[in-house]
Amino acid sequence: MLSYALRRLLSAIPTLFIIVTAAFFMMRIAPGGPFDQERTLEATVMANLNATFGLDKPLWQQYAIYLGNLFQGDMGPSFIYRDKRVHEILAEGLPISMQLGATALVLALVLGCLLGSMAALRQNTRTDFGVIAVATFGITVPNFVVAPVLSLVFAVMLSWLPAQGWGNWNQMLLPVIALALPQVAVVTRLIRGSMIEALRSDHVRTARAYGLPARMVVVKHALRAAILPAISYLGPAAAALLTGSIVVEQVFNLPGIGRYFVQGALNRDYTLVMGTVVIVAIFVVVFNLIVDLLYAVLDPRVRYD
Amino acid sequence: MFHRTMKSALLSATIVAGMAGAASAATYMRGNDGNPETLDQHKTSTVAEANILRDLYEGLVVYTPSAEVAPGVAEEWEVSDDGLTYTFKLREDAMWSNGDPVTAQDFVYSLQRIMKPETGAKYANILYPIENAEAVNKGEAEPESMGVTAVDDKTLEIKLGQPTPFFIELLTHQTGLPVHPASVEEHGADFVQPGKMVSNGAFVLDANILNDKIVLKKNENFHGADDVALDMVNYLPFEDRATCVRAWEAGEVHSCSDLPAEDIARLKDEHGDAVRVAPYLGTYYYALNHEDEFLADPEVRQALSMAIDRVFLAEEIFQGTMVPAESFVPPGIGNYSGGSPEIEYFGMSMLDREDKAAEILEAKGVSPDSPVTIELMYNTSENHKNAATAIADMWSNLGVNVEFNVRDASAHYAHLRDRGDFDVARAGWIGDYSDPQNFLFMVESDNDGFNYARYDNAEYDQLMDEAAAETDLEKRSEILKKAEALFMRDLPFIPLLYYSSRSLVSPNLSGWEDNIQNVHASRYLSLSE
Repeated sequence: MLSYALRRLLSAIPTLFIIVTAAFFMMRIAPGGPFDQERTLEATVMANLNATFGLDKPLWQQYAIYLGNLFQGDMGPSFIYRDKRVHEILAEGLPISMQLGATALVLALVLGCLLGSMAALRQNTRTDFGVIAVATFGITVPNFVVAPVLSLVFAVMLSWLPAQGWGNWNQMLLPVIALALPQVAVVTRLIRGSMIEALRSDHVRTARAYGLPARMVVVKHALRAAILPAISYLGPAAAALLTGSIVVEQVFNLPGIGRYFVQGALNRDYTLVMGTVVIVAIFVVVFNLIVDLLYAVLDPRVRYD
Repeated sequence: MFHRTMKSALLSATIVAGMAGAASAATYMRGNDGNPETLDQHKTSTVAEANILRDLYEGLVVYTPSAEVAPGVAEEWEVSDDGLTYTFKLREDAMWSNGDPVTAQDFVYSLQRIMKPETGAKYANILYPIENAEAVNKGEAEPESMGVTAVDDKTLEIKLGQPTPFFIELLTHQTGLPVHPASVEEHGADFVQPGKMVSNGAFVLDANILNDKIVLKKNENFHGADDVALDMVNYLPFEDRATCVRAWEAGEVHSCSDLPAEDIARLKDEHGDAVRVAPYLGTYYYALNHEDEFLADPEVRQALSMAIDRVFLAEEIFQGTMVPAESFVPPGIGNYSGGSPEIEYFGMSMLDREDKAAEILEAKGVSPDSPVTIELMYNTSENHKNAATAIADMWSNLGVNVEFNVRDASAHYAHLRDRGDFDVARAGWIGDYSDPQNFLFMVESDNDGFNYARYDNAEYDQLMDEAAAETDLEKRSEILKKAEALFMRDLPFIPLLYYSSRSLVSPNLSGWEDNIQNVHASRYLSLSE
């Protein structure tokens, strides 16, 4: 399995290279540059800025310089945040986004499994319809509605939790809930569906026939099979949580990296956009690998040699 | 129903919560527009940076709470009769936060640094009036050749290339703030980092966490430290204005630097005087392309301006947070006695204006039955969209149909800068200093960067040159007034609205005076329980 993992990681290198190259040139096709703002800059000033950031060099040369720096772990200077380099900016924000995303992911998995199994075990009862209603709500109501409402109710009206900021555990609660809610809904639906199927499958029926206790049948035999679709969903979910935190970060004023996806592109902060692209690409590759490895652990039919 | 319960709950929550979120009585939690892009006074360009830098550093001159220019590090100054030489006497007790004295040499070093091409200073051109500064910035002259000399430790002499009556105003801008030369030499670009920054203002930098907060501590070495009430200032960046409002209502911040227009009515209703809407030194306008066949006719441009109901834009689209504009230079600006010239049609009723505009265009063969189509270009924003839609509707009554062309801000301004084709384009201008020249210079024929309209009028250029050479402020403002009269006759830009600043200020925060520059240095503010 270890050699399989290594092979997968190695094969990711050309993928990343293609992504970086495509992103670099696509970014430059967009009209306007990092120094085009409401206030037009004096020609001399603009020339100085372009020279400072190497934008006066031919594009292929800029690309070569960027790649060279990237190999040494330097993502270049940010065009907008001029006191920092891109890898410093991302290093500051990434742990926060990851903490937020991971907590939301765990919450989504635990709650989703619980609710989904509950609904499946009591199929077509009130509990089932209630769970489905909540799940549908979670999927349909967007973050930019849920987040401000949560903050309005719990911070402004009830004064139980802070409305914004980062650093205290209580500042994490509302953002995590806002971020996890749509994922809880998806996982619930996935688990419910596969659980219903698993409960009717031969091996569960056999387990029941053996007279095993109901709890053991559900947790050890049914859930273990039912959780597989939810595990495959983890890869896309992790990426979605990183990028999907844009709204949540803004509403709760969190210093994560989600904001750079949109802001960086709008500001034409070329290097910052490249940095976020690289991070997300790595994330997707690594998470897909983790999912595949988890499969091997959970599903006896899957083996990597 | 929900709304009403929410309202009363909001109110009680604010009262109960009080300032529970603030760390201590003398820590001012200050909402800022966004994260500063830099804390380097020579690379700075945004208002968010200006607010912080003004607290960290003190320039030769400073703004008072009401935005009057007052002595800062310079306790007095003299201007030579020809208006070219400024001699500043620096205060004896001006000190850096590490105890070093602030000297004239520090200012020489700073002014040279901002002009060096490799600094990449976005606002270098604001100090071009200094002799040889532009040549240095172009890389054509040595920094030492600039007209800035230290006569002795406490006497600074600045020579200008030509008289600039608003030069002292220019020095209030954050680009005029000094850097501590030894720190810059030691740390390079990193001199702005906490622990490395040495500043000479009322506060020093304690922490800077990107997109989270910037913490300032009182500077005990500041010459006016005894009058500074606050111990700490925490600048919190708010990309989303509504988030700041919620944080304010939850008692987590003492002030917000901007408010969402759509929420103003409710906020005024619930918090009364805490909502501050004040005139601001800026104009929202549409540039008209004078090279366009249809728009080349000055009468057509007049008709288009006449038919725009600015009161509707200000009240309905911008919820009273903008003011209808009847001139390009905003009212209340300095060095402009008597203000902008009056324009006849602004005295007429909206109905009469529409009729007159229709009449003018009909004489040109344009009417709803034989319409023309023009393209209106604006940058993405809900408010710009609403304003553009309303104006298109007003123009359609005249037989002028509008097609929209929407881009994000960077693409929009790059298009204008590169002299791309357009008919009508939205733009806005916030003055950097309080002088009409800072508005009227935009459409001088050789101003490639700002003259989007490609306005080319020798008489206008002549007047601007005359004004530049005139040192008598009364006479100068008469000349500038003539120039603005030409502007309003020829309309390179159609002025639509004056900007307002909008803030939310806690009743516990005192010393906050509304002013046209919207500057509120923390050194003048204090908190009460």
